[in-house]
Amino acid sequence: MSVSAVELRDVQKSFGRTEIIRGVNLSIPHGERHAIIGPNGAGKTTLFNLISGRFPITSGSITVNGQSTADLAPQEINRLGLSRSFQITSIFPRMTVFENIRCGLLWSQGYRYSFWHLLGQQKELNRAADQLLERLKLADRRNLQAGLLSYAEQRALEIGITIAGGAEIILLDEPTAGMSHSETESAVAMIRSVSEGKTLIMVEHDMSVVFGLADRITVLVYGEVIASDAPPAIRANAAVQEAYLGAVAA
Amino acid sequence: MNMLRRHWPWVLALVLLLLLPFLFYDWGKGRHSGFVLTLLSEIGVMAIFALSYNMLMGQAGLLSFGHAVLLGMGAYCAAHVVLLVKAGTFWLPTELVPLAGGLGGLFFGFVFGWLVTKQRATAFAMITMGLGELVSAAALMFMGFFGGEGGIPIDRVMDTSLIGVRYTSPWQVYCLVLFWAFVATILMRLQTQTPLGSIANATRDNFERAQFVGYDPRMVRLYQFALSGFFAGIGGGLYVLIYEIVTFDTVSAAKSANALLAVYIGGAGGFFGPILGTIVVVLLQSGVSLLSNAWLLYVGVLFIVMVMYAPGGLIGLIHMHLPIWRAGRMRELVVPYARAFPPALMVLLGFVFLVELASFTTIGAAQGKQFSIAGRLIDTTAPAPWVIAISALILGALWLRYESRGFRQRWDELIEGTKRAQATPGGEPQEAVA
Repeated sequence: MSVSAVELRDVQKSFGRTEIIRGVNLSIPHGERHAIIGPNGAGKTTLFNLISGRFPITSGSITVNGQSTADLAPQEINRLGLSRSFQITSIFPRMTVFENIRCGLLWSQGYRYSFWHLLGQQKELNRAADQLLERLKLADRRNLQAGLLSYAEQRALEIGITIAGGAEIILLDEPTAGMSHSETESAVAMIRSVSEGKTLIMVEHDMSVVFGLADRITVLVYGEVIASDAPPAIRANAAVQEAYLGAVAA
Repeated sequence: MNMLRRHWPWVLALVLLLLLPFLFYDWGKGRHSGFVLTLLSEIGVMAIFALSYNMLMGQAGLLSFGHAVLLGMGAYCAAHVVLLVKAGTFWLPTELVPLAGGLGGLFFGFVFGWLVTKQRATAFAMITMGLGELVSAAALMFMGFFGGEGGIPIDRVMDTSLIGVRYTSPWQVYCLVLFWAFVATILMRLQTQTPLGSIANATRDNFERAQFVGYDPRMVRLYQFALSGFFAGIGGGLYVLIYEIVTFDTVSAAKSANALLAVYIGGAGGFFGPILGTIVVVLLQSGVSLLSNAWLLYVGVLFIVMVMYAPGGLIGLIHMHLPIWRAGRMRELVVPYARAFPPALMVLLGFVFLVELASFTTIGAAQGKQFSIAGRLIDTTAPAPWVIAISALILGALWLRYESRGFRQRWDELIEGTKRAQATPGGEPQEAVA
């Protein structure tokens, strides 16, 4: 059996005396679209922060493509082929939309810390950035300062920066939060197309998005996984209904 | 030809700067004004210094309080290189002495950068301040390298020129300064368009996001710091050639503050802002200091006024006018500006009068100087001049406040107008509706 894209073993995380994540075991194979759901405060975003290296884990182990991420800085985990977006929009607000995307591309295209390449002359790089802008439907905003974009456009840009580097594993933290119905629909279509053939892990509150996109759903309640299964099985799961879906329906 | 068409402003600037000293040329005696040439050379060096400071401040969002360390170390390295060349240890053309300073700055940029770039934001600012103090103290302790209080004097006439120039006259030195100022400015301009320059912007905007696209913000800071040291060092090398001495002044906190003042007054947001700021600061320093004891106070007040009312600096003020200028409606600003001018002048005169009165009663009196305006002696102990100064200041301020309301209204109308004009014909508004 090939190694999982992301594997968590007995992962625990405490802030002071408060245990946020209490022994999570999760294995996400390559090419899967995986959704993590759960009530507020269940630790979904914390789990993302642990996987992407934003916070160190208290105990347990996380591997990305079979490699342990203990002691790795976020940028080193990113270079393993894992890229994430943020729940609270995190872009480069004073740079143009185009430059934002290009920054997402630079490392993966091997430019590193170069001060001897002129960006204007890197035809391949600029073309790749422009192509991605087309896909994100941001082409007509190309030269605008990113901070001036509308909320939905900033969310699209956020996803754009995340996928620009061509990472094989993509973590999206509530990509459709705060979007209107029609904006959500186009966002889902975009996520579906950009995650084609890749491993997608997403935290999401909108159940139509979750059940529409995910191959498998993990339910997190108070830092513990209570179920991890295909969407129909999750829908039918009594414990999940009680803990989460039931509460929503009531 | 194509190059010339695209880069004509650079060529024009170079030609104008070469011609500028001739405005002050003494045709009777057939020689340049030494004061003007030294002043222009100083502006050249400080412009390089301020631009290199802006590589940290504007580009990477790093507020440094010890940037003069890099200028000074470059200058000391260049001075030692000159001494070695004079002693015949090795050969180096005079024209390349600034490059030696640059390499010195680059080296110390790496060494010191390793220390200071471990942190960002406030911690970075504090460490650079400590570093500045450390090097200032070291400059007085390690006689061999720094020469103590006397510094290291050199003789720039090395007779190793590539083009057969002896650099005995300030004019020749000015030409060399101009050459290196252009080279350094162009290189720094190009650096903003490289992957490192772009990522420096990214870490400034959002250092955490930069991590999640694969960059180590610490390394970005380090490389940016070291490169900024290279350019500051070039400035240091030129400094040595102009003044033929390096003292610990070049590493002092006051020198660091100069870069900060120039960048804030000129504006960190645009590439050329620091150059504007440098011109203002050096002119105040070298020009106004001849006229007034209180010149430093004027620099300080200017700094405060800029930070409070025009945080974008002079370049920011210019940028604000661009949409109106593009719409061809600058003429409509003539009347509002003309109306605001008299009260502004009144405030300025009242303020200067007050400051000078104060400075003449204290420093001036101690120096035995007397305050006179247009040949008339002013009695600084009498109440009348003080009353005039204070009332000019207060009445002017009230008047200015009254006029500024009208000005603001007119301004907002114009900006609105240009936005509408931009939005209607193309049908494609440039700015998103917030």
